[in-house]
Amino acid sequence: MRLIGENLTCERGGREVFRGLSFSLKNGEALLVTGRNGAGKSSLLRMIAGLVRIASGTLAIEGSETEAPIGEQAHYLGHLDALKPALTVAENLQFWAEFLGPASGDVGPALQAVDLAPLADLPAAYLSAGQRRRLSIARLVAVPRAIWLLDEPTSALDAASQARLADLMRRHLTSGGMIVAAAHGAIGLERARELKMGPQ
Amino acid sequence: MTGFVALMLRDMRLAVRVGGGALMGALFFLIVVVMVPFAVGPDLNLLARIGPAILWLGALLASLLALDRLFATDYEDGSLDLLMMAPMPLELAVAAKAIAHWLTTGLPLVLIAPLLGLMLNVELNATGALMLTLAAGTPALTFIGLIGAALSVALRRGGLLLAVLVLPLTIPVLIFGVAAAQAAIVGPAPFGPPFTILCALSLASFVLGPYAAAAALRHGLE
Repeated sequence: MRLIGENLTCERGGREVFRGLSFSLKNGEALLVTGRNGAGKSSLLRMIAGLVRIASGTLAIEGSETEAPIGEQAHYLGHLDALKPALTVAENLQFWAEFLGPASGDVGPALQAVDLAPLADLPAAYLSAGQRRRLSIARLVAVPRAIWLLDEPTSALDAASQARLADLMRRHLTSGGMIVAAAHGAIGLERARELKMGPQ
Repeated sequence: MTGFVALMLRDMRLAVRVGGGALMGALFFLIVVVMVPFAVGPDLNLLARIGPAILWLGALLASLLALDRLFATDYEDGSLDLLMMAPMPLELAVAAKAIAHWLTTGLPLVLIAPLLGLMLNVELNATGALMLTLAAGTPALTFIGLIGAALSVALRRGGLLLAVLVLPLTIPVLIFGVAAAQAAIVGPAPFGPPFTILCALSLASFVLGPYAAAAALRHGLE
């Protein structure tokens, strides 16, 4: 399976964010998108997720088993955590697991993976920023999808959680997944290729 | 289908928990209707005559109350992005949210209407028909309001825009809802024709509303 972007141009609010961007990514590879603020890192991720219109260029996935659009084969971990404060930790995750994927009955292992199992019955309103982040990362574990689009995934995470995330990402890559991550520093992907955005 | 049910149950759960909008609509409805006799005076004949209209106006305003948050909360916390990345079409997701909204805000209005009918001197044997008109007509309010809720998120404008956009579109529902209720309570016009049109309005908005709302959301989230 390959994810290929050719000559992508992004326009937002009538302003050109980037132009002529090309990349390709195959199974087990990670792409680290870097660049200064406003270079279009987040826009690129949202574009791959299908949340921002492609002004010109093509974005395609080759060798996929399904005909589904890229957005439906990808997880998007943005700046917002998509959690409801009134629902408990387990309810939040259970909902996304049922809604995004083929229903998987038990979200316990996913909560275990981000070390939130002891807080399963706590309303999400009482979580700290880092815990909220971990809960949204649990979504990636609960529903298997080939492409992970991570927008500064390590923000608000402590050292132990960052190590756990790096471990999850490595496991995802070894099992044949792809990762496109936007970040300012190292996020624990040693063998990731780098895509520099904005004026060099 | 599990996604559809999961989204519906989540929205219903959110509506009945702390900070949800389920009770607000019913309470607002209660307050509006209770205040009318104080405003127009204890003239029982007058109250009986304007009763159906008051009940329908109250239901209309109450169902608008929680609508502007329908997509706004999902937009603000990032859930809307994920709703668009689901294997389920956005139209279905939007419909699931609308059904949940009606079950938590529309249905309570229908259920407390007989009690409020008493305050407006609506005859007991007519309350059944009145409930029937509300049950048939309030889904139309929700599904028309759905379009306004999606547009207000897409245009990044809150509350008042929704009322301005939606209220004119609900005039037909109001006309035929009140006409059917009047026919049931005081006659002499038959109950059938306005009630059938009311059902048609609900069914049409049930089909068109989710498509229009999903189009608005897709267009707005660039």
